[in-house]
Amino acid sequence: MLELKNVSFSVEDAEIIEDISFTLEDNRFLVITGPNGGGKSTLARLIMGIEKPTGGRIIFNGQDITGLGITERARLGIGYAFQNPPRFKGLTVRGLLSLAHGSDLPEDACCEYLTNVGLCSMEYLNRDVDSSLSGGEVKRIEIATLMAKNLGLAMFDEPEAGIDLWSFKMLVESFRSMSKGRHTSVILISHQERIMELADEVLVVANGKIRSYGTRDEILPKLMGEFDEDCAYAHSS
Amino acid sequence: MLDNVVKSLLKSVADIGDIPVEGAYNIRMDGAGAGRRSTENVVIETKADKPGIDIFVKPFTKNERVHIPVVITKTGLSDTVYNDFFIGEGADVTIVAGCGIHNSGCDSARHDGIHRFFIGKGARLKYVEKHYGEGEGTGERVLNPTTVVDMDENSVCEMETVQIRGVDSTVRETSAALGAGAKLIVTERLMTHGRQTARSNMEVQLNGEGASAQIVSRSVARDSSEQVFYPKAVGNSGCKAHVQCDSIIMDGARIRSIPEISANHPDANIVHEAAIGKINGEQMIKLQTLGLTEAEAETVIIDGFLK
Ligand SMILES: Nc1ncnc2c1ncn2[C@@H]1O[C@H](COP(=O)(O)OP(=O)(O)O)[C@@H](O)[C@H]1O
Ligand SMILES: [Mg+2]
Repeated sequence: MLELKNVSFSVEDAEIIEDISFTLEDNRFLVITGPNGGGKSTLARLIMGIEKPTGGRIIFNGQDITGLGITERARLGIGYAFQNPPRFKGLTVRGLLSLAHGSDLPEDACCEYLTNVGLCSMEYLNRDVDSSLSGGEVKRIEIATLMAKNLGLAMFDEPEAGIDLWSFKMLVESFRSMSKGRHTSVILISHQERIMELADEVLVVANGKIRSYGTRDEILPKLMGEFDEDCAYAHSS
Repeated sequence: MLDNVVKSLLKSVADIGDIPVEGAYNIRMDGAGAGRRSTENVVIETKADKPGIDIFVKPFTKNERVHIPVVITKTGLSDTVYNDFFIGEGADVTIVAGCGIHNSGCDSARHDGIHRFFIGKGARLKYVEKHYGEGEGTGERVLNPTTVVDMDENSVCEMETVQIRGVDSTVRETSAALGAGAKLIVTERLMTHGRQTARSNMEVQLNGEGASAQIVSRSVARDSSEQVFYPKAVGNSGCKAHVQCDSIIMDGARIRSIPEISANHPDANIVHEAAIGKINGEQMIKLQTLGLTEAEAETVIIDGFLK
């Protein structure tokens, strides 16, 4: 179970996250959505420990993890697939998946994870995760690293970015099955309706604050209207 | 019979733990020959006028490996050696060189290897050279390799040099002259720590039409070590060259990269890229999110970078 209590994050004079509180129970699938620059990635980075909140507490399975570093949180079972994953010279896809798993991963397991994200596994296993891979490929490998481990909380940051339609279907299926099994709970940052439909709960973040929060059935119908307003605002300004 | 210090040095520099079972070899230990074998196609002879050997590879020799490691186990020893390699037309060979120093004393131990390669028409050479130092003594371990490569028409030379630990001071001088259609690929990998210093000067003259060179240097400088790179590519014909120096800087280390490219022909195409920077922060964070500690993440990144 994850609890955020009045979490804030500011740099210099800018408030990036302002007083956000919510609770994610076990076996729940939360989708975070909202306009670009609203603070979604920052929220995930605060939960992972990459950024430290300037106010508030983060509680994971009853333990206050606000002061813990990234490695410690990872070892408690929190994982985060980056919006813009870094590339690594000289590290193979298999090597990266093995690091994620915590020990050498057998070839067939690697293949399964890669297939789940729509990559033809044999072609990728021994390739380096470097600039020879496209943005979409790196992105999918990043998602696969979170499949190599059972986590208490898995967070995916816009996993659909740079992914073709065919792979996208595959991905939605992977997330659907993930929501009943591999990880205890899942946070997915996304703009995709197809992905939002998988959610138990939806949290809309804008300007660093919670704009709305509720079950899928409460939030989704309202969302389209809100996005239209954002667009209208963007066009008129 | 080789003792264990020597065997482990051989393992580190030449990928052999003992006398190689097959192929020609020459082992030099503490300034003198310690074993040699010539084969039908690869003949190794002692030089008459100075320390060192001549290695003759017969034309059209295929798939032979030659090992010529040097080990130094005596403190205070300074060893200079001249080795000449004559690779016959159309031959295809791999030469594994390398120098390991075990210095347990307080005086410096030094090896200066001057290697000259004459690569015949259409011949293909893969040359691997590893440098390694160890020993509990305070004496410096010094290696100054000089490499001169003369490449005839359409020959190919792939040169891989590695110096990852234990060498206190290095000045590496490399020069190459390429004939028409010759292709040179140099991969240099270097890591320095403590107060080590390393300098690498390289000059590649692309003389013949269609010659090409690709030089990749990857280095990591830690602690208060210092590195200087001075690669120079000169195009004297319609040729292609790409020089790439990529360094990771850590702690209080210092790195200087002074690339020089020059062209004396309108069809010369020469590119240089150089970058020095610390370990990428997002890479560190990514690996930590997988449960690695900072130190573990650093090791993974550096090992990959130097792979
Ligand atoms: N460490 C930081 N320093 C300065 N600005 C930041 C920092 N982290 C995030 N921001 C800013 O906060 C805002 C929210 O960013 P982000 O969380 O990436 O939004 P989203 O993921 O919703 O698109 C952006 O304007 C971004 O530039
Ligand atoms: Mg984002």
